[in-house]
Amino acid sequence: MQSNAALEYDYTIAKLYTYTAILFGFVGMLIGTLIAAQLAFPDLNYLLGEYGTFSRLRPLHTNVVIYGFTVSGIFATFYYSAQRVLKVSMAESKFIMFVGKLQFFLYLIAATAMVITELMGYTQSKEYAQMEWPLDLLIVVIWVLWGVAMFALIGIRREKALYISMWYFIACFLGVAMLYLFNNMAVPTYFTSGGVGSIMHSVSMYSGTNDALVQWWWGHNAVAFVFTVPIVGMIYYFLPKESGQSVYSYKLSLLSFWGLMFVYLWAGSHHLLWSTVPDWMQTMGSIFSVVLILPSWGSAINMLLTMKGEWNQLTENPLIKFMVLASTFYMLSTLEGPIQAIKSVNAIAHFTDWIPGHVHDGVLGWVAFMIMAALFHMAPRMFKREIYSKKLIEAQFWLQTTAVVLYFTSMWIAGITQGMMWRAVDEYGNLMYSFIDTVTVLHPYYAIRALAGVLFVTGFVMFAYNMIKTMTSSRELSEEPQFKSPMA
Amino acid sequence: MDIRELQGYATFFMTIVFVLVLYWYIVYLYRSEKKGEKDYEKLGNIALDDEIDSKPINSSNPISNDKKERNK
Ligand code: HEM
Repeated sequence: MQSNAALEYDYTIAKLYTYTAILFGFVGMLIGTLIAAQLAFPDLNYLLGEYGTFSRLRPLHTNVVIYGFTVSGIFATFYYSAQRVLKVSMAESKFIMFVGKLQFFLYLIAATAMVITELMGYTQSKEYAQMEWPLDLLIVVIWVLWGVAMFALIGIRREKALYISMWYFIACFLGVAMLYLFNNMAVPTYFTSGGVGSIMHSVSMYSGTNDALVQWWWGHNAVAFVFTVPIVGMIYYFLPKESGQSVYSYKLSLLSFWGLMFVYLWAGSHHLLWSTVPDWMQTMGSIFSVVLILPSWGSAINMLLTMKGEWNQLTENPLIKFMVLASTFYMLSTLEGPIQAIKSVNAIAHFTDWIPGHVHDGVLGWVAFMIMAALFHMAPRMFKREIYSKKLIEAQFWLQTTAVVLYFTSMWIAGITQGMMWRAVDEYGNLMYSFIDTVTVLHPYYAIRALAGVLFVTGFVMFAYNMIKTMTSSRELSEEPQFKSPMA
Repeated sequence: MDIRELQGYATFFMTIVFVLVLYWYIVYLYRSEKKGEKDYEKLGNIALDDEIDSKPINSSNPISNDKKERNK
């Protein structure tokens, strides 16, 4: 700080969302591990009466990890990095601070209500859109408040050019806003049934194939605009900042951005291959999915090349390890997804365990790794203390990497076995296996996945412990580190 | 031709148009840099030099920045 010693970035909101990311991350992954174990050992379904069954807990898992953990991570990193790349502090505007606090407060209410209502069994029964309409309305308010804070910050910025991360956060805001509204149009059954139905239970305004199309337009773009776009925004800020290397090619980052925006929106129909949607639309979904490799790898390779000549940092700095592996897992899942979207492959892969396998090399190896690395990077700057333990981060890294590999390899084998067995016919065209035959064969792979869950959650607890120690009892720093995060 | 077929053709041609726009954008990015009108790569420094009181990198436009310097 040279001239304007009084003015500092204000991390109040970023800190609040950091706490919720840690909390929901732990809860969500614990539930994930429990449901993984239930698939291997069905008796575990009866621990908590109706509240402990797989069918209650599975949507709770997805909602807590997406809307609790990931979205908290997005807000935390946004409120941290946006100030910095715009060179403006939230403390400069009472209005923005107020909006930020209000947004967090409402977010906490909504997230808590989401957990409670879904445990009680209230659901719209649409994937990633299970929350009932009162919560949907609250989420619209929260999202709008985020937009207000974002554009107000942009409005008072000192740095006129918007850094590439900001483009991605803006796209996340706009993409989710548009698709969330369309997909959640619903009417409480009370009104459609002349008073017999329930006020709290609603049905979609669309029906049949149209409903499926809108659902997966949203569903896939939840992957695009929650699991991909803001996470790419994160890596474009945190990897260069932590390594001290500016983005390898800024032009490539711009081009990948527009490529991703254009292509991603039309890939959703790959969730509906071989279904009743028009044939051309299925083909379009396949083709756009394959083309999607280009902008995805454009960003990922750009990140790897950013480390050019600096690969020694990979061995010296565990945060760089996390981020480099994150972009590598991003490349893996954006290659795997397009393969699954090819119609003939999809005929085997659809409805099998290969799909959750694919989902989790992305969400564990890419999303969770990137969010944890970003929060680690932010901690010394927000709390003005060095990271509590480097050894612990190293151990966490290897434990969780092993977990991800165990998760997706077991699900690859399980999924393809399942797909082949379902389709196998004898010489007369009769099915060779019944459903329970596949269940028996898959048991060991389900057990391996449950083990992977235990390892990953253990790693997450190490992360949480390290973060809490960093906040409370680590050595204090006299000045802000420029690039590499200091750790003991 | 029913509405569904029309939608299919519309999507196809829209795709072609967008692809052309995207390719044009690549040419534009490189050409404007070659001519010295823009300097995109320096924007990468926004992430590295992000102290609240450090000098803004400002825009991808090197000429207008120079002018600003001279007018100071
Ligand atoms: C300890 C870590 C985790 C474990 C053990 C785990 C386990 C599971 C299991 C067992 C399922 C259900 C699969 C099925 O129905 O066959 C599932 C689904 C899912 N999980 Fe996780 N999970 C973990 C972490 C995460 C995280 C961190 C995210 C996101 C950030 C995530 C996102 C999802 C999604 C989106 C689905 C739905 C997949 C689909 O419908 O195909 N999970 N998870």
